Amino acid sequence: MILTGFALGPILPEFVLAVGALALILMGAFRGERWAWVVTDIAIFFLGAALLLVLRQPSGSVAIFNGAFIDDGFGRFMKVLALAGSIATLLMSGDWLRRERIDLFEYPVLIMLSTVGMLLLISANDLIALYLGLELMSLALYVVAAFHRDNVRASEAGLKYFVLGALSSGMLLYGASLLYGFAGTVSFAGIATAIHGQSSIGVIFGLVFVMAGLAFKLAAVPFHMWTPDVYEGAPTPVTAFFAAAPKMAAMAVTVRIITTAFPGIVGEWRQIIVFIAIASMALGSFAAIGQTNFKRLMAYSSIGHMGFALVGLAAGTAAGVQGVIIYMTIYLAMTLGTFAAILEMRRNGKPVEEIADLAGLSATDPPMALFLAAMMFSLAGVPPLAGLFAKFYVFAAAVDAKLYGLAVIGFMLSVVAAYYYLRIVKIMYFDAPRPAFDKGSLAERAVLAIAAAFIVLFSVFPGGIVDAADAAAKSLF
Amino acid sequence: MDVAAVFFYLFSAVTVASGFMVIAARNPVHSVLFLILAFVNSAGLFLLLGAEFLAMILVIVYVGAVAVLFLFVVMMLDVDFAELKQGFLQYLPLGVIIGAIVLVELVAGALTLVPSPLGKPAAPTPGVSNTQALGRVLYTQYLYFFEVAGLVLLVAMIGAIVLTLRHKRGVRRQSVAAQVARTKATSVEVRKVPSRTGV
Amino acid sequence: MPSLLSDYLPLVIFMAIAFAIGLALLIAPFIVAYKSPDPEKLSAYECGFNAFDDARMRFDVRYYLVSLLFIIFDLEVAFLFPWAVAFKEVGPLGFWSVIVFLGVLTVGFIYEWKKGALEWD
Repeated sequence: MILTGFALGPILPEFVLAVGALALILMGAFRGERWAWVVTDIAIFFLGAALLLVLRQPSGSVAIFNGAFIDDGFGRFMKVLALAGSIATLLMSGDWLRRERIDLFEYPVLIMLSTVGMLLLISANDLIALYLGLELMSLALYVVAAFHRDNVRASEAGLKYFVLGALSSGMLLYGASLLYGFAGTVSFAGIATAIHGQSSIGVIFGLVFVMAGLAFKLAAVPFHMWTPDVYEGAPTPVTAFFAAAPKMAAMAVTVRIITTAFPGIVGEWRQIIVFIAIASMALGSFAAIGQTNFKRLMAYSSIGHMGFALVGLAAGTAAGVQGVIIYMTIYLAMTLGTFAAILEMRRNGKPVEEIADLAGLSATDPPMALFLAAMMFSLAGVPPLAGLFAKFYVFAAAVDAKLYGLAVIGFMLSVVAAYYYLRIVKIMYFDAPRPAFDKGSLAERAVLAIAAAFIVLFSVFPGGIVDAADAAAKSLF
Repeated sequence: MDVAAVFFYLFSAVTVASGFMVIAARNPVHSVLFLILAFVNSAGLFLLLGAEFLAMILVIVYVGAVAVLFLFVVMMLDVDFAELKQGFLQYLPLGVIIGAIVLVELVAGALTLVPSPLGKPAAPTPGVSNTQALGRVLYTQYLYFFEVAGLVLLVAMIGAIVLTLRHKRGVRRQSVAAQVARTKATSVEVRKVPSRTGV
Repeated sequence: MPSLLSDYLPLVIFMAIAFAIGLALLIAPFIVAYKSPDPEKLSAYECGFNAFDDARMRFDVRYYLVSLLFIIFDLEVAFLFPWAVAFKEVGPLGFWSVIVFLGVLTVGFIYEWKKGALEWD
C-alpha cells in the first residue's frame, strides 16, 4: 500500500528520535559538558521510546513519501535490533568515556542521529533514500570513531574510516546512477519491474557497484580492510557500537535491495553474494588466529560472521532471509555481550585489550569468566548455545536452495573459527592468573549477563524469535 | 559538428586533462587550482545538458567553498614534497598496472555495453526553467529527502566542531554583556579626599 | 544550437574577450619588454635579506573549521534558490518543509554559537 498524502504515522519513531536529538543538542549547548550524563540518560530514554513506537506500529506494509520510505514487518524487526544495539552501547559507554575524560554530550547525540540514519536506511525503499540513510548513519560514525581526538590511534581510525567510507559511498553512488540510467527509476520496485528477467550489462554494473558500497558498510571481504584498524583504534564503546547496530542496518538494506529490486536476476547477484560470503568466512576464520588484541580479534570475528549471515541471503528465499534475521539477532546479543566483557577489562583504571590479559580470569572473577566463555562458545557455534542455531538456519536455507558447496565450505570454516574462540576459553580457565580487573560498572555487567541469558535461553525457547523472523522475512516476498 | 558538440568536447577534454593534472602536479596548491578548473568545466558540461541549476551550484559550492576548504587543508598539512615524490616513484609501477587493468576493463565494458536502457528516465518539463522545475518537486514531492539532507548537514556541523574546536586557556575575551551591565554604582566611587592625605 | 545554450551566448563572448585580453597582457611583456636579467634581480626580495624560509607556512586548524561551517550554510542557501523561484507553486507544504529544514540548521547554528566556534580565540 502506498500512501500518497502526507502521513507521519509510519515514520513516527524516526521523527521522535530526530526531534529528541535536536532538543538534546540545544540542551547540551546551553547546559555545557557537566550535563553530559543527563543528555546520555535522556538519549537512552528517546531510543527506548522509539523502540516502543516501532513495536506499536500497525502490522502490514505501508510505503509513504511516494514509496521512498517503507514500514514493513522485516523493517520493524531489524529496527528493533538496531535500536537495541544503540541502547545497549549507550548504557555501557557512560562509565568508560568518563574515565577517559571524553564524556562530551555530543556523543549520545551523535549516536542518536546515527541511529536515525540506520532506521531510515532499514526502511529505505529507493536509491536516494538508501544513500541518504547511509550517509546520515556513516557521517556520525566517522565522527565517533575519532571521538578520542587527543589519541593518535583513534584519530587514525577515524581518518581511515572516513577516507575509505567516502570511497565506498562514491562507488555506491556510481552504481546507483547506473541503475537509474538503465532502469529509468530509483524505486526498488520500479527497478524490479524494469528488469523482470532480462538483464542488461548496465544494470549488472550498477548492481556490482551498489553491492561493493554495501559490502564496505558490512565490512565483508574484499571491502573489509578498514575494519581491524578502526576497531582497534576507536574507543572501545564506539567499537562495540560499530560491531552491533550499523551492521543490522547495512544487512537489512542489503537484504531489502536484493530481494525487492533484483528478484529477476538471481543468477547475477548470487555469484557476488556467494563470493563475498566465502571470502568473508575464510578471512574471518584464518586471519583471526594470529591476533593478540581482543578488539582486533573481534573485528575479524565480525567479518567472518557477516560472511555466515550472507550465506542465508545467497539462498535468496524467505527461509534464507529468515536465517539472516535470526543470525543477526543472535550476532547482536553475542557481540554486545563480548564487548561488555572487553569494556570490563580494566586494570588500575587503565583499559587493557590484550587477550593475554584474560589469563586465569576464572580464578579472579568466576561469573565474568563464565559469561564470557558462554559468549565464546556461542560465537564458535558449540551446541547447545544460540550461535549453533544461527548457523543452522542459514546453512539449512543454503542447502534448500541447492547451494551445497557453499554450505560445506561454510561448515568447514566455522570449525576453523572455533579454534580461536576456544583458545580464549582455554586462556581464561587454564592459564596462570593475572591480577584481577577493576570492578566493572553495573551496566556492563548487566549487558553481559542479559546477553548470556539470551544465548542460553534461545536454545531452550527459540520459538518466539524464529516465528517473528519468519513473519518478518515473509513480508519481503 | 554543431556548436554544442564543440563545447562538449572542449569542456570534457579540459576536465579530463585537469583531472589528470590534479594528481600529477607536484605542488598540492597547483593540484587544487587544477581541481577548480575541473569543477568549472564540469559546470560547463552540466550547462550543455540543460541542468543550469546544478551548473551554478557547482560553481558556488564547489569552486567557492569546497576548493577553499581544500586549500586550507593543503596549507594545514606540512607536506614534504621530496618524501612524497619518493613514495610516488616506488608505487608507480603497481599504480600503472592497476590503472591499466581498470582502463582495459572500462574500455572492454564500454565496447560490449550496448546502450539499451530498460526504462526511461522522466523527461524534462517543457517551458519551465530548470531551477523552477526543481523547486516544484523538491519541497513537496521529495520533502523526505530534503529534510534528511538537513539532518546530514547538521551532523557534519556537529562533527566538525567536535573534532576540531579547541579553546585556548587563559584568553581574555570581551564580555559585552558584562560591560553593558556595569552601572554607575558598581564602577564609580565618589570619595571625599582630605587635602594633603591622598586617597 | 538549443535555445537554452543560445541564452548563454553573451556569456561565451564575454569569457572569450576576457580570456583574450588576459592572455594578451600576459604574452605582450615577453615580446615587447626590455629584458636584462642578472642573479640579484631574479632572487627573492625580503627586506634586503636573503629569504630565510619557505614563504608557505602551516595554517591553523581554525581556518578549516570556519570554512567548513561556511560550506554548510552555503549549501543551505543553495537549497533556497529553487524555493524562491517556485515559491508561488509549492503551497503551504513547500513553505513549511523549508522552514523545518532551516529550523534543523538553526539548531546547529545555536549549538556552534554557544560552543564558541564562531569566536577566534
